[in-house]
Formats: sequence, structure tokens, C-alpha cells
Amino acid sequence: MVYLTRLEHFNAAHKLYNPAWSKEKNDAVFGICANENWHGHNFDLFVTIKGKVNEDTGFLFDVKKLSDLMKIHVIEKLDHKNLNMDVDFMRDKMCSTENLAVGIWQQLAPHLPQGVILHCVKLYETPRIYVEYYGE
Amino acid sequence: MPAFDFCKKEKRGILFTEYMTQKKVSVFRHEHFNAAHRLYNPLWSFEQNDAVFGKCNNPNFHGHNYELVVKITGVPNADTGYVMDLKQLSDLIKQEVHERFDHKNLNMDTAEFKNLNPTAENIAVVIYDLLRPHIDADKDLQIRLYETPRNFVEYPA
Repeated sequence: MVYLTRLEHFNAAHKLYNPAWSKEKNDAVFGICANENWHGHNFDLFVTIKGKVNEDTGFLFDVKKLSDLMKIHVIEKLDHKNLNMDVDFMRDKMCSTENLAVGIWQQLAPHLPQGVILHCVKLYETPRIYVEYYGE
Repeated sequence: MPAFDFCKKEKRGILFTEYMTQKKVSVFRHEHFNAAHRLYNPLWSFEQNDAVFGKCNNPNFHGHNYELVVKITGVPNADTGYVMDLKQLSDLIKQEVHERFDHKNLNMDTAEFKNLNPTAENIAVVIYDLLRPHIDADKDLQIRLYETPRNFVEYPA
């Protein structure tokens, strides 16, 4: 079993704001992240797949194809977007990095071929904050 | 103490001071802030903005982790050995830059970019102008601003 990771990146605006709550409660829970006019980040996305190495190619999976899948199903939907307003798979969800990592997993998993298993979505919101999702 | 030793020490002290006063040194402080923005010119049509600014013209904004490097250049103070106390510089950046721009929408939430396109170039010039009055006149100031790890600007050029 080999693990292979591809790094892509995107820049986006978001806010952490629960519309079912008052502005005061949102401010109390989410602090400056609840700014109604949004703020933004440079996100770094690490996607790790696992599987057996193909004897003919020496590849687990062509990493260019993994990059293309990430670009088509994730980066094009998120890059230079407002995560709360512009992204179909985040609609009606809280735009936390946790939920975004789960959403990215759900975008990618159906497109991987048999024998290539999605292992981890690691998403950096800042160079100091990141989440990992293993599909559990 | 023998006179010879005293003279030698005194001479070394003077030489040391002269040596130090000739040497300019740069000190740097690295800070960061996160913000949303949109690049567009309100005098242009949406189509022209799209043609020039591309996806940066998204009306719903996008955002960045900005990394700011502030460079101060001057001769170290003879008493402290400092060009500038970096804790004071850090506090100054927090007060003048971080408080204004962190977790803000640069277009909507800041007076500085009400009528100024918040490109990295313009943000660097604005930060320079915010900090310059608080830094000793005999020190040079330079701003380096990273919009992404791959795109950055410097002012003055």
C-alpha cells in the first residue's frame, strides 16, 4: 500500500455566521470571523490517495489525473469565490474549514477509479490552522 | 590599573563606537492578516472589469492570507544596539494595520479603500503611509506584502 499526496491551492472569501442565531450570538461564538462583509484566506489543499502500485506504470495513480480531478471538481468551484454565496456544495452549510474539508471529500470520492482509495483531505485555512478528514 | 591598559581599552571603545556608527543594519518584523477584497474599477463596465481583473472581479469577493514584512533600516543606537525595538514595531503594526484590516472586507469595511482599488500594490503603499509617521525620521521604511505565497510587492521600489 502506497500513499500519494497532491497539493493544490485556492483563494476565497467566507464568514462564519449561523443565520438561525442573533448577530450578538454569532459575534460571541465566531468573533471576528462573523464579520458580515466577509474576510478571506489562501487555502492549501492536500489530497492523499492510497492503493497498490501498478506494475506496468509504477504509479498508484497518474498524479496529473489527480490534479485534474481536484481542479475540475474542487478548485474551479472554490477559487476566487465567496464560499457562503457561490459554492453549490456548501449551500446551507456552515462555511467552517471542517465542513469544507468534508465537502471536498464528497466532491472527489466518486471520481476516483477502482483501486484508488481516497485517504485524507487536509485543508489549511492559514499556515497555522488546518483540518484533516479521513472519511470516517 | 597600568596606564597602558587603560589607553588601550579607551581606544578600543572609541574604535568600536566609530565602527558601529558607520554601519547601517536592516531589521524586519513579519505579521499577517486575513481579508476579503474585490478588484474592480467603478468607472468601468462589468465587462471591462472582467476583462482586466478576471476572477478577482467576483462581485461576491474572494480573500487572502496576507503576509506583511516591515523592514526598518538605520544605524543601531549606541546605547541599546537596536535599530528599532522589534516589540514596539510589532505593537505598531498590530495597532495601525492588523486592527484596520484583519478579518475585514477591504472594499467595504475600510476608509482607506473606499475609493482605492485594494490591489497588493495599493495596500503596500497605504501600509507605508500608516506606519511612516510613527517611525524615526532617520530610519528607512520598506513594506513587503505577500498576497499569496507566490505574489508579493514591495514599496518603496
